[in-house]
Amino acid sequence: MAAPATLRVVRCGGSTLHGARAVFSVDAKYLLCASGDFVKMYSVATERTLRVMGGHADLVTGIQLNPHNYMQLYSASLDGSIKLWDFMDGILIKTFTVGSKLLALYAPDSFEDSVFVVIPKSGERDTFQLVSVKLTKAVGQDLEAKELSVTLDDVDASPKCIAFGREGEYVASVKEINLQVYFFKQKQLNRFSVSAAKTKSGNNHFMCIACHPTEDCIATGHADGKIRLWRNFHHKKEYTFSTLHWHHDTVMDLAFSLQGTSLLSGGVESVIVLWRNESERQRDFLPRLGSAIEYISVSPDGTLCCTLHTDNRITIINSNLRFSRSIQGLIKSTNVKTGLVVDPRTKALVLNGEPGHLQFYCLQSDQQLFSLDIVQRQYIHQSGLNQTDLVKVAFSAQGEWLATVEEREEVTDPELQLKLWFYDEETQSFKLNTRISMPHEDHITDMCFRYMDEVEDESLILVTTGSDCVFKVWAMVEDTDPEGKYGQKQSVSWSCDFVGSYHNYQATNCCFSEDGSLLAVSFEETVTVWDSLTWDLKCTFCYSPGKIRNICFGRLTCSKYLIGATDHGFLCCWNLLSCALEWSAYLNVIVLQPDPLSEHIAAISWLSKDSSLFVFKPNEPRPIYIQRNFCKEKIQLAAFVPREEPETVGSAKYLWLRRSQLFFLTATQELITLSMKSLEERLTPSSKQLAVEESLPVTPFSLLLGKHRRHQSQEDIDLGKLVVCNKPEQDSPAVKELLHTPAHVLPSASFLCPVFINSLLISKENTSAEEVADEVEMESEKTEDDSDEERDVTEMEQEDTNPMELLGEITCKLSKSQEKELRKLRKMDYSWISAF
Amino acid sequence: MGEFEVHRVRFFGLVPAGVRCLACQPRGTRLALARTDGAVEVYNFAANYFQEKVIPGHDSRSVEALCWAAGDRLFGAGLNGEVTEYDLARLCAARSVDGCGGPIWSMAANSNGTQLAIGCEDGSVKLFQVVPGGIEFERNLDRRKGRILCLSWHPSDTHIAAGSIDILRVLDVSSGQTVQRIMVNYHVQKVKRECIVWSIAFLSSGTIVTSDSFGRVQFWDRERGTLLDSHTVSTSAVLSLAVSEEEDSIIVGTSTGATYQFQLLLVKAGSLEKRWVRTKPFQHHTHDVRAVAHSSTALISGGLDAQLVIRPLMEKMQKKGYDAALRKFTFPHRRLVSCARKARLLLFQFSQHLELWRLGSTDETGKDGEVLPLCRMPEHLVQLKSKGPEHIYCSCVSPCGSWVAYSTASRFHLYRVQYEGNGVSVKKVPKMPKLLLPAYQLQFSSDSSSLFVASARGSVHVLQLLEPGGCKHQHTLRPPSGSPEAVYLLASSADGHWVAAVSGDWAIHVYNLKCFKHHCSVPTYSCAVTAVAIHPVTNNLVIAYSDQQLFEFSIPEKQYTAWSRTVQSCGLHRVWLERDSPITHITFNPKNPSHILLHDIYMFCVLDKSLVSPWPLPDNSALLMNQGTLKQLPETARKRQLHAFKICKKFQPLLFADLLDEKCLVMVERPIMDIKTQLPAPIQQKKFGT
Repeated sequence: MAAPATLRVVRCGGSTLHGARAVFSVDAKYLLCASGDFVKMYSVATERTLRVMGGHADLVTGIQLNPHNYMQLYSASLDGSIKLWDFMDGILIKTFTVGSKLLALYAPDSFEDSVFVVIPKSGERDTFQLVSVKLTKAVGQDLEAKELSVTLDDVDASPKCIAFGREGEYVASVKEINLQVYFFKQKQLNRFSVSAAKTKSGNNHFMCIACHPTEDCIATGHADGKIRLWRNFHHKKEYTFSTLHWHHDTVMDLAFSLQGTSLLSGGVESVIVLWRNESERQRDFLPRLGSAIEYISVSPDGTLCCTLHTDNRITIINSNLRFSRSIQGLIKSTNVKTGLVVDPRTKALVLNGEPGHLQFYCLQSDQQLFSLDIVQRQYIHQSGLNQTDLVKVAFSAQGEWLATVEEREEVTDPELQLKLWFYDEETQSFKLNTRISMPHEDHITDMCFRYMDEVEDESLILVTTGSDCVFKVWAMVEDTDPEGKYGQKQSVSWSCDFVGSYHNYQATNCCFSEDGSLLAVSFEETVTVWDSLTWDLKCTFCYSPGKIRNICFGRLTCSKYLIGATDHGFLCCWNLLSCALEWSAYLNVIVLQPDPLSEHIAAISWLSKDSSLFVFKPNEPRPIYIQRNFCKEKIQLAAFVPREEPETVGSAKYLWLRRSQLFFLTATQELITLSMKSLEERLTPSSKQLAVEESLPVTPFSLLLGKHRRHQSQEDIDLGKLVVCNKPEQDSPAVKELLHTPAHVLPSASFLCPVFINSLLISKENTSAEEVADEVEMESEKTEDDSDEERDVTEMEQEDTNPMELLGEITCKLSKSQEKELRKLRKMDYSWISAF
Repeated sequence: MGEFEVHRVRFFGLVPAGVRCLACQPRGTRLALARTDGAVEVYNFAANYFQEKVIPGHDSRSVEALCWAAGDRLFGAGLNGEVTEYDLARLCAARSVDGCGGPIWSMAANSNGTQLAIGCEDGSVKLFQVVPGGIEFERNLDRRKGRILCLSWHPSDTHIAAGSIDILRVLDVSSGQTVQRIMVNYHVQKVKRECIVWSIAFLSSGTIVTSDSFGRVQFWDRERGTLLDSHTVSTSAVLSLAVSEEEDSIIVGTSTGATYQFQLLLVKAGSLEKRWVRTKPFQHHTHDVRAVAHSSTALISGGLDAQLVIRPLMEKMQKKGYDAALRKFTFPHRRLVSCARKARLLLFQFSQHLELWRLGSTDETGKDGEVLPLCRMPEHLVQLKSKGPEHIYCSCVSPCGSWVAYSTASRFHLYRVQYEGNGVSVKKVPKMPKLLLPAYQLQFSSDSSSLFVASARGSVHVLQLLEPGGCKHQHTLRPPSGSPEAVYLLASSADGHWVAAVSGDWAIHVYNLKCFKHHCSVPTYSCAVTAVAIHPVTNNLVIAYSDQQLFEFSIPEKQYTAWSRTVQSCGLHRVWLERDSPITHITFNPKNPSHILLHDIYMFCVLDKSLVSPWPLPDNSALLMNQGTLKQLPETARKRQLHAFKICKKFQPLLFADLLDEKCLVMVERPIMDIKTQLPAPIQQKKFGT
């Protein structure tokens, strides 16, 4: 049995794609993108992520194809290294260490063995210079590249502000109102500037630059939306420029077509403009690209161009300005107000997407499944305009119903709408069923459906809590619509069933118990528990100084507990049977997230600099798992996503990860998760296979072959899984028995066969959680029982000596005798299993 | 500077006529401009773009094309079918030749100015030989249907390109045959609209540039008749086009008021391939830009909004200075208003009529900046309409208000105006003496007893006015050496001793009126005189030149005064010298002899000669502050900034300013917005965000 791997923090999506312009491979089949610390390779045809190349320790700021070998890619990062990749195989070939932060990378092909990077000028803050880096040809993987020579001083840090001209004859850089052009052959530097005058439409600072591929022409984009085409810049005085003006706001990026006959420009209007022949009148548009365009790049064969958007979307556009496809991972929205919700039907993460939309994000494929327009209003790009936005979302247990709340912030009172959507099996999408305007007088703070295992539509109820000091219960009613406009089944609608309040406090959170019989609603500092049938106030809990931030019920064996977190940094657990506080701990909980499939609850705390994760069961105040400082950024949201099949878990410590995976969303809207696999394992082997497959030309033979291959690869994968699965199985008693017993004492094969086959079978879903857990623990039990015990003891001892060190804020409330009892209990448990 | 009670006059409803065509003198420094009312003006680049000569219009003589030929001879052609030569010395149409082809739409002179080609309504192109004393018809070139709207000679004079509707033709001059026909609309399918070729230029490389009503500027190959390049610059018509002499730059004007520059630029360094690239757009006009011209250092455009815009090419400028600034001229550089000081009357001169107004009055007093209520409204007394098609050259009202005189090209009128209570009677003075007409400037003596008439050949006629309504020719004053140019400015002294006359060659002669003899002439200065006046007390002649220099010349001593010499040795302030428009009127305050009052379109200035020691001319490095900004400064800073030029920019654009008495000024303004409302609506253009 391999030693249990430590949990690794893995970024799995949503990270910003804004490091640099995307790069097409030479045949325009693949698209390479800097994404956070990684370089991602997408297939243009299938929109899939084929490969993630990781190795940089900081944000990747520039990627360029090696101009002398188009199968290789240079990438530069803030960590001060340039890496050379074979992107087809995902192999890191070389690492050149430059030393200082690299902010942009350029690899013009007329330079033999040097690339250009932007680095901060030593000794001066916020000044940057363009330097050429000589990449040594020495052997070895890790090389030092210390041979730097300054080409341009005082350049902008943005990679869009420098461009290399025709055949690398000159380099042009813009900063604020100045344009400088350096001619390599003549060693001549020309400077030009535009007037600094501020106009009504904004200043005319330079924002981006592009050079004509065949002529001496420079295009610059300005903050006031103008594009200037500079010519004759060889002369200091007789230079001239013409102006193209369509954008009403900043021109974010520019790109010339391959031959330079047309110019593409994009900005916050989310419209790509194609200017033909540098003429102001001959222009074409591709509007409604969703969000502001950040980068534009053109494929080397000129057939495609791609735009990177501020919300992390990649759009691929044909050369005739037809929308081709879009690669969208986790869409970055301005503010995730809905939280991370898991769609029970697709197991997709659901959160705010485009303004007014709900995005369904598939975690497995890192793709957006679909985007549901909730607000159904035109989004107007204008600063200072109050737009209606989605603030709350909730799914019913089976995903049949979806409730959304949208809100428009007004100065006096908010404009609210509660919408209920029914999943239509025919159209495979949600259909609006009920629209309730102004469900509450003030902001809606929380919303939840009653979870019911037995599906009875009538019993489905929705609870909303509002800042107007009430919570409302919404129930379905049969429509007495004689004509049955909406068919037979849809003749239900939602209406308010009950309004509850407590001492005129603002209702902040609500939560149903697992069986749906109890509803907990927090009113500022008090938690109230209500009977969900009669709507009687059963009991109230009040612990704290401080308002309740989060509440949740325990599940399964711990369903008698109610957990609450206050904003004064207390985590409390109440026993519902005794109506008393079971335990409490001092912990500044930001996110409290119960696992729907187990009794585990994850709490994420935030302490001045970094986030920590605590996983615990409500019935014991000691966390099962602690991961400190696992993220420098503030974790905003978290969600347990059920796994498709339970993962095999190495050690008891990570049992809580068996049925579900925990995902976090950081303040920069990066999605991270905890993984037990090592890096190599995570990079799926199938992607490699796919890459090779796609490079084959499509012939009838290849189709046949491809089918065969795919089949084979499928088998491979299955086999691989089996192998992985079998490893522990070999240790199982049945197999051991089979292998170690001498042949002459073996029973007949017909008797052994079912035992053997059963041992190979993967346990069924419906086996109860405990059983599965037992099975898994079973094989390790013998070998690790003692060690486990030992570890426990050591932990205990540590706890005894210095409990504060181990648990930090958690103060253990249990007495020593109780702990002993607990230990005894566990031991007993184990012995019972082994006896079995 | 003291405080004045100001009559702010805004009832002068002048609407300048739009610019119809422009012609730069080849290798010269003059620009000829024709307005839609038929007036022709000549601007001198050397004299800070001063409007040197004005030939008033004529109802039946519209000018469609102007061109310079044989050096400095100016020809115009118009829809009356005649080619007219202008006499720039006598400022009138000299002689006309009928083109015999219906209305003439276009005219062009060949490169050495010996031949004129005209394009007529009937589709013919006719050649005229320029001979001394006129032009002679030479021959007809190939005639086809469709009016010829534009013409251009090839620089080698062998071919002419002629633009018509939907078509342009290349004509061989020696054979007279059409050698190339190009359908400008050929490749535009399904277009029912006709395409008018508004303007054409033939480059020495054989490329023909056209601008058309579809908003395109197109480049054609003459030999093959193929389209080389096409630039759509506008959604509306491109009306005018001009090429620089080096043929590396083109300016086009569109009907939306925008002008665009095209430049011939190298495609890449090191190769010889060049391409025409549209570079700079300019939006100086609000209406059609009917005419553009390309001088060696500037782009010049004239529009129907009556503006002449001179936009210097920065890359051709060696240093910053007067020439490097954008100039806009809307109003003429001369006075159209005369004032009867004693009677408080204003006479406004329009192109074909005069208006006599009595100023309003008030009996209240107020603080600085206050608007006083009127007890009597300004009153429009008389409107005098000139008969016939000719436009008025000049007009004047006597200081007592009882005489009004004006002149057209062929007639001179003197009226006796009598005021009986509230009524006004105007009586024409009969039996006018035969004078050499036209009169270019009229000036009454300060006691209203005589009238000075500026006339051709440098002569000034003195007419004696007789009560109750008559006049007698008294004398004709002529410069001793003679002069071919007409007198265009007059100034008489208050004591009736002296009269100064400025003729078109910028010579200033002073005559003694007691003995009707030439007294002296002011040393000539190499710039145009824009205003002269004789001081009422000292009899010093104050002269303003178009390069913004000021001189004071003592008539009795026949030399420049000490003050004038000091000014010249110190030099005037840079800001003063770089002002836009010339000083059009000088007057004095009789109660304060050290003050000189002068104004141009954008400012009114009281020059205080008494602030002499130390000569408080502001330093070049310091700002030339006007009174408004000075007033906002704290006391100490104001003392430091104090200088002799008391500038007031409150009244803009200022057409006339005069001192009625020591405490009372009259300012005649003509707000640009008032003119805009008189013009037809410009082409509707969608503006973003509206």
